[in-house]
Formats: sequence, C-alpha cells, structure tokens
Amino acid sequence: MKLTVNGEGREVAEGTTVLGLLEELGLRPEIVAVEINGELAPRAGHGTRKLCAADVVEFVTLVGGG
Amino acid sequence: MTGMPGCGQLWTANMKNDLSAHLSDSKLRVGSYDFDSRLLVGTGKYKDFAEMRDALELSGTDCVTVAIRRVDLKAAKGESIFDYIDRDKYTILPNTAFCFDAESALRTARLARELLGTDLCKLEVLGDTQTLLPDPVATLEATRILADEGFTVMVYTSDDPRLAVHLAEAGAAAIMPAGSPIGSGQGVLNPNAVRIIQELVDVPVIVDAGVGTASDVSLAMELGVDGVLLNSAIALAQEPLRMAAAMRDATSAGRNAFLAGRIPRKLYANASSPAEGVIGGQPSAAPTV
Repeated sequence: MKLTVNGEGREVAEGTTVLGLLEELGLRPEIVAVEINGELAPRAGHGTRKLCAADVVEFVTLVGGG
Repeated sequence: MTGMPGCGQLWTANMKNDLSAHLSDSKLRVGSYDFDSRLLVGTGKYKDFAEMRDALELSGTDCVTVAIRRVDLKAAKGESIFDYIDRDKYTILPNTAFCFDAESALRTARLARELLGTDLCKLEVLGDTQTLLPDPVATLEATRILADEGFTVMVYTSDDPRLAVHLAEAGAAAIMPAGSPIGSGQGVLNPNAVRIIQELVDVPVIVDAGVGTASDVSLAMELGVDGVLLNSAIALAQEPLRMAAAMRDATSAGRNAFLAGRIPRKLYANASSPAEGVIGGQPSAAPTV
C-alpha cells in the first residue's frame, strides 16, 4: 500500500505498524515523534498501530535551533 | 561570615573573609522550572555537534533551545543532537521556529512535548521570512491555547509593552521580547520598551534575539530583565567557544550591575579623591573621608 512519509510517497507492506516503519527506515524510535494524518500518534501505541493506505505520516526529531 | 575581621580589627591571613553572601541572587524561575544561569543558549548554526556541546558548557547555561524538524530520511543514519545534550545538565526548550501561523506552532509544540516529555515551549509565530518578527495576533492566539493545554509557554514577541501584558494574561510563563530582529546582531534597540515590559508584567522577561556581542547581553541585564536568550552571537562568532565564555561573564556582570544599582548620570565631574588637603594648597580642615 502507498503512504506519504515526510512529504514523499512510499510503498509499505500491508499491516506495517508505526514502529515497523520506523525500523524499516533505520530510525531510532526514541528520538522520533510521529504524526499521522495531522494527529499526534503517541509513542506508547507505535508497536500496535497499523498504518493504512494513503496515511500521511510525519516523522520529526530534534535539530539545532535558537 | 565567621572569622571576618570586626570593626577596628586588622586583617590577618588566617581569617576567612567570605564575601559570597554579597553576591547572592535568586534563581531564574519560569513556571515550575528553576535555572541557575540567566543565559539561555540555542543549539543552531554550530560547525558541528562537538563545538555546540563545548560552547554550551562554556556559556554556563542550563537551558538550551532546539528546533523540531522532519527527520531527513535520505541522510546517513548516525548521530543526533540528542547524543550531545546531557539532559541531566540541561533543560531542553523546544521552539516553534519558522512557524508562520498558529496551527503550525501548535502542532510543533505538541510534537515536541511527545518527543521530549516536556511541557516547555518556546513559542514563535512569525510574520514573514525577511524580518522574522512575530505575528502578534497569531502569537497571542497560540499562547492562549498552549497555556490552556498545560504548556509552560515562553513566548517570543515584539517589544510592545501592551502586547506583553496581553500575553501574560493569556497564560505565558515568560515574555521574551526581541531586542532586535533574530540573528541581526543589533543588540537591544528599544531599551525603554523592554524596561516598561519588565514593569508591567509579573512573569520573567527574557530578551530573546538580536544579541551581537557580550556588551549587548550586559546592557540587557542591566535593564533588569530576568535573562537573555541567544544563539547566533556565539555560534557564528569567529571563536564560538571564547564568545560563549564572554556571554557567560557578560550575563553575570550585567546582572550584578543591575542588582548593585548604578550611579545616576551627571553632566559634570564629581571627584573621587578629596579636594581638601592637597599638598601646597591652602590650609584647611582635615579631609573628610
């Protein structure tokens, strides 16, 4: 199924969880916050929440700033 | 103060003269957070994370700002700024920099809370990319919503005193007027406005943005503000680490000068040494000391 991840289209397997996608992308889950379709997706649910086709996913982290 | 020489006693080397009580100061308190340093430092624009880490240490700060951005999915996986900020030592203050409407700032603040487990938010809702000055209407709206959601809102604002009052009434935990535009290095352009803000609001006032060099920090602190937040002035200095130390000293110097109370400005001279008893002068009464 197709998702939008950080503004770009991406194909993932059916049933992929948020945590599964984080791992697939090689990201460190503890330093990423997630928004799905404009709503915050709390960390506690990342392991169980399955992504759906056409979901718009944002993965954000900290960067230097003033 | 034990062991201090009393009146008429001569100083001897084995007496301990502890003067630290003369330099005591309260902590900077924002909401429920206490900070030992009155200098808040940003983490952007350093050459690398190691330089940032060292500059933070030399600045003496215990509160550092960070930004929230999309993860770069194409970048090589590796170090994160997380790895260079000791969270036992520093309180992390996430900002909403480069948000140009209230909704974007709210989303960013909520993501930051999820990411860091903090209710602190350095709220910035900007008007345009050239001046990076705040949009006052959207800033006030976002302040109200975030404060209602339980955030400790430290709000970046213009130096408008009445707006500062509105922001405090909306629940801001700290008012952070720009000294001058972000990254401009012009210092505090309207010290009178900053002083008036300080008088009108009960929450801490922290000059945020515009600092160019150490004297800008001292001048701001001498106005009586509770703190100064800066980033570029250290990160883009020729020697960031030395400038970090200069900013630490300037914060302390300005704060102590404010607490000590400066002398009034006068047009004419007022001699420090006695005018009486000058050698070869007229006989006169003994000099008054």
